[in-house]
This record gives sequence, structure tokens and C-alpha cells, in this order.
Amino acid sequence: MPQDTSYTDQNFKLVGTRPRRPDGVDKVTGRAKFGADATAPGQLVGLILRSPHAHAKIRKIDTSKAEKLAGVKAVVTSADLPDLTDGDRAMLDILENCMARGRALYDGHAVAAVAAINAQTARKALKLIKVDYKVLPHVTDVDEAMKPGAPIVQDWVFTTGVEPKPNKPSNISQRNEFGHGDVEAGFAQADVIVEKSYKTEQTHQGYIEPHACLASVRPDGSGELWVTTQGHFTFRNICSSLLGMDVAKLKVTASEIGGGFGGKTHVWMEPVALALSRKANRPVKVVMSRDEVFRATGPTCSTSIDVKIGVKKNGTITAATAELRYQNGPFPAIWGMLGAMTSFACYDLKNVKSVGYDVLCNRPKVTAYRAPSAPMAAFAVESTMTLVAAEIGMDPVDFRIKNAAKEGTLASYGPTYGPIGIGPTLAAVKNHPHMKAKLGKNQGRGMACGFWFNFGGQTCTDLNIGIDGTVTLTVGTVDVGGSRASLSIIAAEELGIPYDQVQANIADTASLGFNDMTEGSRGTFSSGMATIFAARNAIEVLRERAAQMWDIPVKAVVWENGEARATGKEHGNLPVLSLKEIAAKAPRTGGPIAGHNEVVADNAGVSFASHICDVEVDPETGGTKVIRYTVIQDAGKAIHPDYVEGQFQGGAAQGIGWALNEEYIYGEDGRLQNAGFLDYRIPVCSDLPFIDTEILEIPNPNHPYGVRGVGETSIVPPLAAIGNAVSDAVGVRLNHVPMSPPRILKALDEARGS
Amino acid sequence: MRFESPKTTREAVALLAKEKGSAYVLAGGTDLLVRMKTGLIEPDLVVDIKRISAMQSIKTTASGTRIGAAVSGAELGENKKLKKAWPGVVEATNLIGSDQIQGRCTMVGNLCNASPAADSVPALMAARAKAVVVGKNKRRTVAVEKIITGPGETSLAKGEIIEAIILPRRSTKSGDAFLRFIPRTEMDIAVVSAGISLTLARGVIKSARVALGAVAATPLLVPAAARAIIGTKLDDVALEKLAAACSAACKPIDDKRGTIEYRTKVVGVLACRAAKIAYQRAGDA
Repeated sequence: MPQDTSYTDQNFKLVGTRPRRPDGVDKVTGRAKFGADATAPGQLVGLILRSPHAHAKIRKIDTSKAEKLAGVKAVVTSADLPDLTDGDRAMLDILENCMARGRALYDGHAVAAVAAINAQTARKALKLIKVDYKVLPHVTDVDEAMKPGAPIVQDWVFTTGVEPKPNKPSNISQRNEFGHGDVEAGFAQADVIVEKSYKTEQTHQGYIEPHACLASVRPDGSGELWVTTQGHFTFRNICSSLLGMDVAKLKVTASEIGGGFGGKTHVWMEPVALALSRKANRPVKVVMSRDEVFRATGPTCSTSIDVKIGVKKNGTITAATAELRYQNGPFPAIWGMLGAMTSFACYDLKNVKSVGYDVLCNRPKVTAYRAPSAPMAAFAVESTMTLVAAEIGMDPVDFRIKNAAKEGTLASYGPTYGPIGIGPTLAAVKNHPHMKAKLGKNQGRGMACGFWFNFGGQTCTDLNIGIDGTVTLTVGTVDVGGSRASLSIIAAEELGIPYDQVQANIADTASLGFNDMTEGSRGTFSSGMATIFAARNAIEVLRERAAQMWDIPVKAVVWENGEARATGKEHGNLPVLSLKEIAAKAPRTGGPIAGHNEVVADNAGVSFASHICDVEVDPETGGTKVIRYTVIQDAGKAIHPDYVEGQFQGGAAQGIGWALNEEYIYGEDGRLQNAGFLDYRIPVCSDLPFIDTEILEIPNPNHPYGVRGVGETSIVPPLAAIGNAVSDAVGVRLNHVPMSPPRILKALDEARGS
Repeated sequence: MRFESPKTTREAVALLAKEKGSAYVLAGGTDLLVRMKTGLIEPDLVVDIKRISAMQSIKTTASGTRIGAAVSGAELGENKKLKKAWPGVVEATNLIGSDQIQGRCTMVGNLCNASPAADSVPALMAARAKAVVVGKNKRRTVAVEKIITGPGETSLAKGEIIEAIILPRRSTKSGDAFLRFIPRTEMDIAVVSAGISLTLARGVIKSARVALGAVAATPLLVPAAARAIIGTKLDDVALEKLAAACSAACKPIDDKRGTIEYRTKVVGVLACRAAKIAYQRAGDA
């Protein structure tokens, strides 16, 4: 039976409350089991040998000495990971990223791996592997990579989306264009046109827990993988495909996760761990060092972006264009396309065009990072928006309100919006006390807006009622931000029972149907939807059982406040049956009581936020401190407000780090210079003010409770909000992120003419 | 790898002198263990000096204050007398790492690690501190600025060990200060730093020492910077000359932590700010 996903306004009992999360105590006391916390009898230590070169041909790998070392049980290279992808280039890219195939494509690219009885032996074995490299020219800068004559990263990549079809390989893998109207005509109508170029440096998600897994492949070809991941079902499908295993015969269990932010949506060393285990016929544990995490996993793109906005003196935008060049690492991807799609999504524009280029470089393969691609585009667009407002003498908030998208707006990336939150978040900015607070010397205020699509996807949930009436909720989306608490609230709300009566668990891949990953802010949205339907299905069973116990027709039984109630003249005097009473009788009324749901949760509901930021800049050192920060975002419906606020704050904190200090620094040799938390400077606690939040609730019409994803949008506005605040504080406009002290001081000195 | 915990300096020196392979001294271990864990070094011998009583204490005598090599940053920070006498030195040492690191790290370890960016070293140099160096057959007292010879390099001979740091006794109306610039608020390595110690006579700077960190291959003592403020009341002209002398003395590099241009400019800014604090402290002393 198709489920009705449409929003219904209702008075909630539990939704919107803040009970304690079930995993909290284990996490703060060290009891929780993360990726590196699993052990198996006879397990080996797996280590990976990585390329020191940004780009090199691998002439030969001699593993013979390592194999002979006592205690070494397996050595693998790409020869042990044959290409089973049957022409699927995207899958082959994943495999090639896990283990170089004849060419090292970036500093840190895996070239071989060993499994040994202990770490000491494994380290010794790595040193015994001799790799004969022929160093090739490399390119790490996105603009350099686009120039004619740049070293070609992949000779099989020809630019798509351009006419005529190119006949020479290029580092530009694709060009994508979005928009509508006639931008030339629009610019011709403008009173003022502002045109600016921006650059953003590459950043890492910076999750505290490094990648870790325990792989065990049996001689019959079946196996198990314990891993820190945002999506164990996807990991299972990809690993089994790459290794030629049957999907049903690889059981993947997701550990507790110490942060992912997109970086754990992708396999890195997990297929290698499985290959080592298969070859050694022993369980193999691989735990990455921080150096490996930085050099070989997860960063987001560095970018180079041009924005042009034309405006009437009354504040109406007549045309807007952007060209966005995103560096993807050595494999084709869609990050520039996403940047182009998100760039003008906040505004209602008659004439708009954005063009995204995806560009290959000799840097690690880029993967998702919280609202991937949107923060850089927003930095460029929202910085320019504030510049335009200043040019026409208009308040930057009023200027945005005048041009904000609303219900019915044709979005620059194609769809027509339903009810959305950009206008309400801007109105909330306007009314927020933060906007009226006094600023001191060298202090300034900035604001900026952000957008993210949100995602729904495949979801599958089980709800089982125990003999004592407690409820096991089994979901397949990894809990990265408190979703077990939120989903328990939803199950309890539907069933009409207390929160404590529900225990939510994350199932392994052998215990539940396929679930898409916890990405795209989908965890609470989609598993929440499946939980509602599973609970409603369980209620149907509960009603049937009550009817059976009373021996009356099921249509005469209603479910209210956690109890079955008989209705109608002839049954109305029957005493109610509680969920506990029905559960206790289950063995004699038809067996276990459960509800299930499988759904493709469509129409996740787009998300908007507006941020306000105050900074203080030291004009003599360029050092910048964020002194006040406010996040205002539409949540649709906040199921557990603590974790909604936590997402708002976490995204803002990551955005602040990105804006001010975080960056991948490459040397002339193409090697990463700062592969550690000492010199890759994420903010420490004392760097941040308390991040204030305001949750707006504009219901998503396509979710029974009105939920929208909330996990990502909060990282989108900070780069521009801080840039605008720095400009307000000391009068210089930074067009290069991070706005590190040397960059700010240089801009100040140039402005002072010294 | 062998691990030894001798009870006396003499035993420690003997162990280090005798070792044919690579030998390292362990005090707090906040640099050594990191290097071992990342595979940068594989010691044959590690000599733990924390059990040596001569290295565990802070003692003040007529000639000055002797701080044992195994005294942690946290212990210095809790020593009220020392904090009053040499606030700049204590503050500099307390900037190393985090609270957890402070419980382990030592000034002598910071000195022997010989980083150009070491936090405590410019403050010690400005304070005219001396190191008590013990070898197999002799014991010598060396100015701190003579210890570091290059990044990671010291003038200590094989088998030599620093037993203590001596801070001189100084006249009243003296003050010192240390400032470093980091892009974050803590848990970072100095991009530039400056330590200044000065003594006043009727409000005029009678003597001064200025030392800079992270602007050359070693921490730098800059006599020209001291001369720029001696004989002044730290007026704007003196401060300008101080900044210019500091910028002129430094020979920084471009690296992941900062640029030549940035370091050259900001070192003068920090020196002026540190001088103002030291001057204020001297006046209040």
C-alpha cells in the first residue's frame, strides 16, 4: 500500500522535546566501539605504502623481500585487485584510488599494502617494498590545470558538455550550465554591475576518528567488515563488486562513527583490507594515521570562481552569472556542477546563468564535505551580494530580502520552489538582537545566506514489539548526529508510548534491507519517514490483536495514546488494552508484533539559512577572532531540537575554520606540507564563541511531520559571512579563503599603501 | 630499544656516553614520543631523567634561581615566586602545548629540541639564563643562546646533558614579557615570537635584552633591538626603532606557518607589545 507522505499539522507530545540520546553515555565514558575498537582472533595489522610523488609512473613494484620477512602474511598490490568493473569507469576509478594501477596520481596514493602479525613487522615490511617510480610532471592548482599545456592527469578524459566534441584529452572533465532568461539583456538594464573573482583553498572534513576497519574474508568467499562509515550498505555493495564477492555474502557492520561529514561516504582502504584478508586468510585490521587521512582521504575541492551581478538602483537584480572551476582530484566528479547549481539558489532571478567546470589535479580524490560545493559558491556570490548592496547604498539584508526566492520561484538550477525558508530566515536576521548590538574598535559585522538541496533516498526500517511492550526500532542509516534519539521520539510519538520504551539500533547489512547512506541530511528525514510508516503498520497489527482479544471486528478498534480502544455502542464499555497488555498476549494471538517499511523518500525539501557574524581584526597582525555568531535556519520540524542546534553549530564551526585558517598547503614538489592537526589549523574550542541558533519551522509538505534535513546548510554561509564581517571591520575585502593572518595583513598593507 | 631511569646525573651521563647506537634523553617526552610514534627516530637507548633528584627542584639562592631539567611547565606555572620574578619566562613556558602537555613538558626539553619556534627559548635568552651542562668529566655553565646551533641541532657533545637552567638574580625595577603570534588561541606553533627583559632606573630603560623566535634558523638575540630602547622611556620613537631593528635582524623563511613578509613585519609588532608589557611590569616591580 502506498504511504501518504504529505504533511499533516498536529499537536505533538514528544516531537520537539529534548530527551537524552541513547548513545551519549557510552560515548562520553569511552565505552562506545568505534572503527578501531573491534578485534578478531588471529587478526593481522594491515599497513599501506603510499606514493611520495604527486604524479609518477610505477615501473615496477618489488615485494619479494617484504614477503620473505618473518611475520608477514600477505602483501598486495593492484595485481591482487583485478579489474572486475566490466567497463564501468566510475567503479574502476574507485578501485584505482584504493590502489594505484601503474601510476601514482597524488602524494599519498596507495601503491601496496602488507598484513603482518604486528605493527612493527608491518612497518618493517613496508620499508622492504621497492617501488621504481618515474616522476611525471604534476599540477595541483585548478587554474593551472585548465591552461593549455598543463600536465594531463588522465589521458582518457575528454571534456563533456562542450561543442564541438574535443579530440584531445583535457583536465576539464565536464562543463555544465544552469539558468534561465537572457543575462546579456539583463546586464544591459543594470544601473550598476559588480564583477569579482575569488579563490578558495582545499579543506578536509577533519573528523576526529581516522578511517579504520576490521576485514575478514573466509576461504569460501564470504566475509565480514567492521568499519567506520556513513553507509555500510553502500560500502557492502561497492566492496563486494570490486572484490568479486556476492552482495549477500559480505556482512558489513557500521561502528560508532567519530565524525564523517561526507568523508566516510566513500571507500578508501576497506577494499584493500578485504584483499589482504583474502590473501592472508586471516582477519586484518587497518587503522589510518592522521597523515594518511589528510593525504589520501576525503578533502573537498579547491576552487576559483568569477561572479557578476547587475542591479537596478532600486535593488532589483537584473542579471547574475557565475563561472565556477572546481578541483576534483585525479578522477572525474560532479563537484563543479553542484557548485553551479547551488550558486544562485537563494534568489529569485529573471536572468541567471552559472557554468561549472570539473577539473582534474594531482591531489587526493575529492569526496563530499557537508553541503558539498555550496560553501565556495556561496562565498563568491554572497561576498558579491554585499558589495553590490554597498554600491547602491542599500542595507545588505534589505537587498537580499528584495531578491529572495519564495514559493513559486523558478530556481536557477531548474525546479520551481514550494514553501521555502529563505525569506523567513532573512526576516529573522532583520529582527535579531544580534543585528543591533554595538560593535567596538576593529570589529565588524557580516551576514550571508546559504542553500542546500537535501536528499531522501532508499530507506528501510523494522519496528519489533517485545513481550514486555518495549520497542526495538531497527534502522539502516548510520547515526552521525543523534538520529537514534530523534527516531525513538518519532516511534514513541506514533505508538503513543514513552520515549524510554523505545530502543533504536543500527542494523548490519545482514539484518535489514538496503539503506542509502547518511548523507544529504537524509538520516532523520528518510528514516524518520520509514519509522512513522513502520509504526503505523505495527499499530494495524496491534489493533488486529486487540480485536482478537476482545473478539470484535477490527474496524471497531482505534489506537489512541498507546492504547487500543473499542468503539461503537456495543463495544464502548470494554476496558482499554495497553500496548504492554497486547504485547504480553502476542504468543497466543498470532506471534511477534512488528511493523516494517520500505520507502524511497522523495522530495526531501530544500533548506535555507542566514548567518550573522561579528569579528575583531587585529590590524597589526591580521589575526581575526569571531566574537559573536548566530545561525538562523529552517528545519521544517525539529524532532529533537538539541541535535538540530548541534548541526547548526557544528556546520558554523567548520565554516569558521575554513574561512579563517584551514587549507591544504602544497609544495612545489606537489607534496602536502601540512598533513596533521598541528599545521592544518581547525579551530580549537577557545577559538570559537558560543554559536547562537534560531530554529525556524516551515513545514516540508512532503513529510508527515514536515521535516527537512538540517545537517549541511549551516556550513554554507560562514565563509562569506566572515568575509563580509572582516570587510566591515577593517575595510578590506578578502577574495581568497582562508582569510589567514598573512592574507589579511597583506590586504591591509596594500590598502594602507605600505 | 633499552629504557633506563638513572637516579643521578652522573649515571645518566655515563649511560649516554657509553651508548654506541642512537641515544635520547626523555624528560616530559612531549617531543621525543611524537617523533618515535611517527617513525622519525628509532632510538637504541632512551634515558629517562625524571627520577634524578637534582633535576626535580626549583631553588632560589643569592645568585639566582635554579630550575631542574625535569621540572614541568605546570610546576613552573604554580610557583608564585618565580612567576613574580620572571613572569615572561613562566608565561612563555606555559604556552607550550595544552594543559595536558604542560603536565609533562619542560623548559630544558624545549631548549634541547632546538626548534627555531620554541616558546620558552627567546624568553630565557632575554632573561640572560644559563644552562648547567654536565659531561662525563666536567660540568660547565653556558649561556642559553649558545645551546641551539640550528634547527634540531645543539652545541651539546655526545654524553652531555643539561641538568638545570639558572635564571640570574636581578635588581628591582625589572620586568620581562614574551608574546607569540599564532593564528589560533592555543595548541599551535609560533609563527613569530618575541621575548624582552629590561631594567629601569627612574623610568628610563637602563638595560634590556631582546630575543626573537621563528624568524631564523635559531632563536635570535638581537642586541641592536635592545640598544634601540636602552636610555629611553619607551616612547613612540624608541618603539619604532625597536620594531625596525627586529625586522632588520630576522632572516625568516616562507613555510606552511607563515611568509617571510609576514614574519618580518609582525616580529616588530610583537616586540613592541612585549616591550610595553615588560616596561609596565618593571615600573610596577
